[in-house]
Amino acid sequence: MLTLPIYLDNNATTPLDPRVLEAMMPYMTNMFGNAASRNHAFGWQAEEAVDYAREQIASLINCSPKEIIFTSGATESDNLALKGVFEMYASKGNHIITLTTEHKAVLDPCKHIEKMGGKVTYLKVDEKGLINLKELEEAITDKTILISVMYANNEIGVIQPIREISTIAKKHGILFFTDATQAVGKIPVDVEADGIDLMAFSAHKMYGPKGVGALYVRRKNPRVKVTAQMDGGGHERGMRSGTLNVPGIVGLGKAAEVAKQDMESDTKRIAAMRDRLERELTKIEESYVNGSVEHRLPHVSNISFKYVEGEGLMMGVKDLAVSSGSACTSASLEPSYVLKALGLSDDLAHSSLRFGLSRFTTEEEIDFAIGHVKEAVSKLRELSPLWEMFKEGIDLNSIEWAEH
Amino acid sequence: MAYSDKVIDHYTNPRNVGTLDKAKANVGTGLVGAPECGDVMRLQIEVDENQVITDAKFKTFGCGSAIASSSLATEWLKGKTVDEALAIDNMAIVEELALPPVKIHCSVLAEDAIKTAINDYRVKNGLPELEMPKSHH
Repeated sequence: MLTLPIYLDNNATTPLDPRVLEAMMPYMTNMFGNAASRNHAFGWQAEEAVDYAREQIASLINCSPKEIIFTSGATESDNLALKGVFEMYASKGNHIITLTTEHKAVLDPCKHIEKMGGKVTYLKVDEKGLINLKELEEAITDKTILISVMYANNEIGVIQPIREISTIAKKHGILFFTDATQAVGKIPVDVEADGIDLMAFSAHKMYGPKGVGALYVRRKNPRVKVTAQMDGGGHERGMRSGTLNVPGIVGLGKAAEVAKQDMESDTKRIAAMRDRLERELTKIEESYVNGSVEHRLPHVSNISFKYVEGEGLMMGVKDLAVSSGSACTSASLEPSYVLKALGLSDDLAHSSLRFGLSRFTTEEEIDFAIGHVKEAVSKLRELSPLWEMFKEGIDLNSIEWAEH
Repeated sequence: MAYSDKVIDHYTNPRNVGTLDKAKANVGTGLVGAPECGDVMRLQIEVDENQVITDAKFKTFGCGSAIASSSLATEWLKGKTVDEALAIDNMAIVEELALPPVKIHCSVLAEDAIKTAINDYRVKNGLPELEMPKSHH
């Protein structure tokens, strides 16, 4: 039975896995203790649950449970990593290197750091969305304290060459932070093999609850420290004060355990559906996949359907929950900065849809999505003056458009 | 953000989609907007000897509100004289379609398309071009 609308926006958030909900439930009801209460059974119970979650997470990303700092989510983890390193290592330097295609939760803290007197280099990516390692190395100065490069991009799913980046960081004695929100729980992430010093991730992108995430902070080779951005009771080794969100943390832990256990079979199935969706949709004339298809998350596909505007298209596929690179609602009418960073023209960026599959996506849903998108694109092209001009062989670049 | 019923109606059943022969002297064409801004409207009118708009057609690349604004415009244009058509104000479109503030530019574009089409018709027929209030934004 097909239930509409179909959710294909799993890069925005994922549904809670029933196994995760089940693990969380007791901590929402009678096991309500504060993990910091050291003198009674309620507190011990909560602390035990949190410690167990730390182990589940540590096992997924191959670190020590002591290296996990719980936060409210990836945005907080990003802020803590960037601002925390900037403050802690001020005596060493003030320069950070990052990418133009990072999430706003990295770019905005970087802008804040610039206001605080820091220097930030924003590296461009190539047309596939990948970092240029030579440019990275050339950007390093004796003041560089941190390289911040996302593991996988939220809009196009492109996976950066993390091991090559960390090798460069290590060679120059610079810390390496990665926002791995889209990658953890979806593809194998190993902080040891990948050479990661700090890593942000979140529960709700991996079938866990919203409002909880973590920052991995390396304790050995090198021992990394960040200045707390929230002062208080000194929780989480003094790096993040605030009463622990016990049910959320239990959920993150369980989500990590399930991810580890199911990753291989999930990936195989999801990637096959994604590939089929993409194969069918790119049969549509003048449709293009955005970003590298070789280095990409298994569950994401970002496609531009030329001569059709993304927001109008989303309205046409009303039975699908997807997202678009077009932002016709904002005053600036600026399309996705990530797609523009790949060198896409504004009109192609405006014409994009992002499909994000999950472990709950079914073949039947993909069948429906293919038919629905094909129909909507063809309907909107019938309405599109640009499509008509294209069909008449008119070069759209030859027209003097009235900018507005 | 939810769309109004009227926007959904025009988007689902757009009125007067199509193309008029722009080579004809009594056809005026207005092409406004730009692909990089995410909306382009082409609106055409056919005018009889009494200055009455007998037919109007559109094609739009844009969001649902842009499509609805131009669809509504063609509905309103048919049967009006050219002078009456010039009086169509974008705020009337905003009101009719219950467009939210972020979508007002769609109605502005529709008004621009109407005026541009009328000017094209005027110039073709030896009438002086009217002052175009350049896009309000």
